[in-house]
Amino acid sequence: MKYLDEFRDSAAARGLLKEIRRAVTRPWALMEVCGGQTHSILRHGIDQLLPEGVELIHGPGCPVCVTPLEMIDQALAIAARPEVIFCSFGDMLRVPGSHGDLFQVRSQGGDVRVVYSPLDAMQLAQTHPSRQVVFFAIGFETTAPANAMAVYLARQQGLQNFSMLVSHVLAPPAMEAILRAPGNRVQAFLAAGHVCSVMGYHQYHQLCENYRLPIVVTGFEPLDVLEGIRRAVLQLERGEACVENAYARVVTEAGNQVAQQRVEEVFEVTDRAWRGIGLIPQSGWRLREAYQHFDAALRFAVGDIRTQESPLCMAGKVLEGRIKPNECPAFSTACTPRKPLGATMVSSEGACAAYYLYGRLPHTAVLVPEPRP
Amino acid sequence: MSLPNPASFVCPLPLRDYPHIVMGHGGGGQLSAELIEHLFLPAFGNTQLNRLGDSAVLASPPGRLAFSTDSFVVRPLFFPGGSIGELAVNGTVNDLAMSGARPLWLSAAFVLEEGLLLATLGAIVERMAAAARAAGVAIVTGDTKVVERGHGDGCYINTSGIGVVPDGAEIDSALARPGDVVLVSGYLGDHGMAIMSVREGLAFESATGSAPIESDCAALHTLVAAMLAAAPGGVHVLRDPTRGGAAATLNEIAASTALGIALNDDAIPVRPTVRAACEMLGLDPLYVANEGKLLAIVAPEAEQAVLGAMRVHPLGRDARRMGTVQAAPQGMVTVRTGLGATRIVPVPLGEQLPRIC
Amino acid sequence: MCLAIPGQVLDVYEANGARMGRVDFGGITKEVCLTFVPEAMVGDYAIVHAGFALSRVDERSALESLATFRELGLIEEELGITQPSEETAGEADTP
Repeated sequence: MKYLDEFRDSAAARGLLKEIRRAVTRPWALMEVCGGQTHSILRHGIDQLLPEGVELIHGPGCPVCVTPLEMIDQALAIAARPEVIFCSFGDMLRVPGSHGDLFQVRSQGGDVRVVYSPLDAMQLAQTHPSRQVVFFAIGFETTAPANAMAVYLARQQGLQNFSMLVSHVLAPPAMEAILRAPGNRVQAFLAAGHVCSVMGYHQYHQLCENYRLPIVVTGFEPLDVLEGIRRAVLQLERGEACVENAYARVVTEAGNQVAQQRVEEVFEVTDRAWRGIGLIPQSGWRLREAYQHFDAALRFAVGDIRTQESPLCMAGKVLEGRIKPNECPAFSTACTPRKPLGATMVSSEGACAAYYLYGRLPHTAVLVPEPRP
Repeated sequence: MSLPNPASFVCPLPLRDYPHIVMGHGGGGQLSAELIEHLFLPAFGNTQLNRLGDSAVLASPPGRLAFSTDSFVVRPLFFPGGSIGELAVNGTVNDLAMSGARPLWLSAAFVLEEGLLLATLGAIVERMAAAARAAGVAIVTGDTKVVERGHGDGCYINTSGIGVVPDGAEIDSALARPGDVVLVSGYLGDHGMAIMSVREGLAFESATGSAPIESDCAALHTLVAAMLAAAPGGVHVLRDPTRGGAAATLNEIAASTALGIALNDDAIPVRPTVRAACEMLGLDPLYVANEGKLLAIVAPEAEQAVLGAMRVHPLGRDARRMGTVQAAPQGMVTVRTGLGATRIVPVPLGEQLPRIC
Repeated sequence: MCLAIPGQVLDVYEANGARMGRVDFGGITKEVCLTFVPEAMVGDYAIVHAGFALSRVDERSALESLATFRELGLIEEELGITQPSEETAGEADTP
């Protein structure tokens, strides 16, 4: 496939790896913000090939993992209602709430369907006028234009039986929260390329300046990820800290302003809890007042469902790279991929799940970065 | 190939009086008899079945018997490249073939949902009959039950099969050895992605509007026979990677033998369209179902002979080696990535789901 | 966050008040909302996420990056450090 295959070329990857090796003179800790980047890193084994000194800390950028427990519980409550067709992206179906997941709701008679796009859910609402169609609108800035457009069109068409359970999160506040955390070890960010395709990267200059760390907008294919790492390492070695764009074929400084406008029209910034991390101020989007009648939490009165995260979970510390997953007392006992307590065990890309899974492989034990003193 | 049109099935009288399956079709009375006489017998008819006894009485051939059963539930009932009818025959034929057996006889049991169009059932049965003829197996006994509307997905089929294993054919996971090679008979993931392409909410097509991916549903026993003949004793293990794909099957072999299976990412055969669909939905072709592919674990010295035999067979044209059996890491399947790193192929938890992340 | 892949715009039309089009991803096509990429024309590539095109792929900068990467790759090969694995040899002809 054009623009994918070329960016997986192994000879060029080895060249980039050599450049990185040549550049590194001491240990550096980089965080790739996005779950999609983590996926690519694990899938292609990029972390195993990096020189000893370069550590990748997997960031909180998996919308599925960070969706707070109480939001899942609200989704489960709505999906169980007989009049509801509950639509979701596939990867949300297995994420456990306090009492089971969406698969279990389905097994008990709930009408839960996997869709590729929020527009598919909207279409279901049009073809099933006697049912309530609810879309689980999770995601980062990348997914927001799609979800905003679906609500926008629903309003335009006067679609009465369509609503959204919104749990949108924003990347920059989470990045700042990580930098602010005591004992933070992140020295450079690989910013999430697809978030930036929507939002641009102008908002990172301030962060970069305030915390004096390199931020490199990075894509998802192996060559993109390696190029992001190479540029971040070069900056670190030179003692520089600036915002760079290593995903220029897709991302511009200003981002997609048409999409931003639509998002701005439909959503407003709000505080948001992140699973395993806690509340981050101004780190999410919710529907604006003009669109509130599309808010499924209000329509089905589940907004008062409040759930506490497990106090055992130390996902925050894992994300900050302060402890290894297996140093958490709950690791592989109270917390496993089948019964996860926190974000990092939920998806196979999460640091804890990866450690659980890949830690069994003797000759490549260091698939999850080891914290260094 | 275009989707079958159940409406083109011409149903012989007097079934036309009932365009839909009703509870009575499973009641054992006149309606049941009409269904058998006018629908099943004309399609499947053979001397055993035509006797309509409570059981088929079969002369036991020399050799060891292989016996297998499988139930088929698929939605939609007709999909690009096949239907539940072909699946029901080929699935059980392949299960028999994976122990090296020559399949001989099948049973067919239908669970029909009240309200199923008779024409749809007719089309399914016709396709089943055609698949059985192509595979050279006889459907010698059967059963039909009807469940109330809303209690089934139109049609479920169970088939059981009996085959005979020729002397000298020893196929067993326990025979896998470190150093053996892992062969695959062709492109992986066709069936699962063909089904995905017609799923509500996920559907995709080709630029011309036709089906971009067709199911690979096929009977593999003649391919197996050719492989066994090409290298007597050289084929150690045979499996057809259906649900859970090659990843699930190879993990089962690795776990049961306490050996490691090391694959090479660049050697895993995946059609460009299947790969594209997987990229789009965030799926891994190794976990996608196949219905006409086999994985073989073969002694290294037999590799060339077996591959040669596979490649001259129509169902093995694209056969290749995609990995090796190793002593370690025990019980695990790993992939060497294009960049030269190693990653684990874990056991799938359940159905693979499209991702956004 | 965010699986998004590049595809080529095959056609463009209006439907239900949105700019829509069919996009080809290596031989499979999907209806995609093109409202957010008004500049994308038939033949252009765009990054698509959850049924929405988010950004037109800029061919020039793609080629520039590739040229840089290839240079690095070529230097590597001249030094002879490449290590093709055994299964790849002659077998990796996945079309």
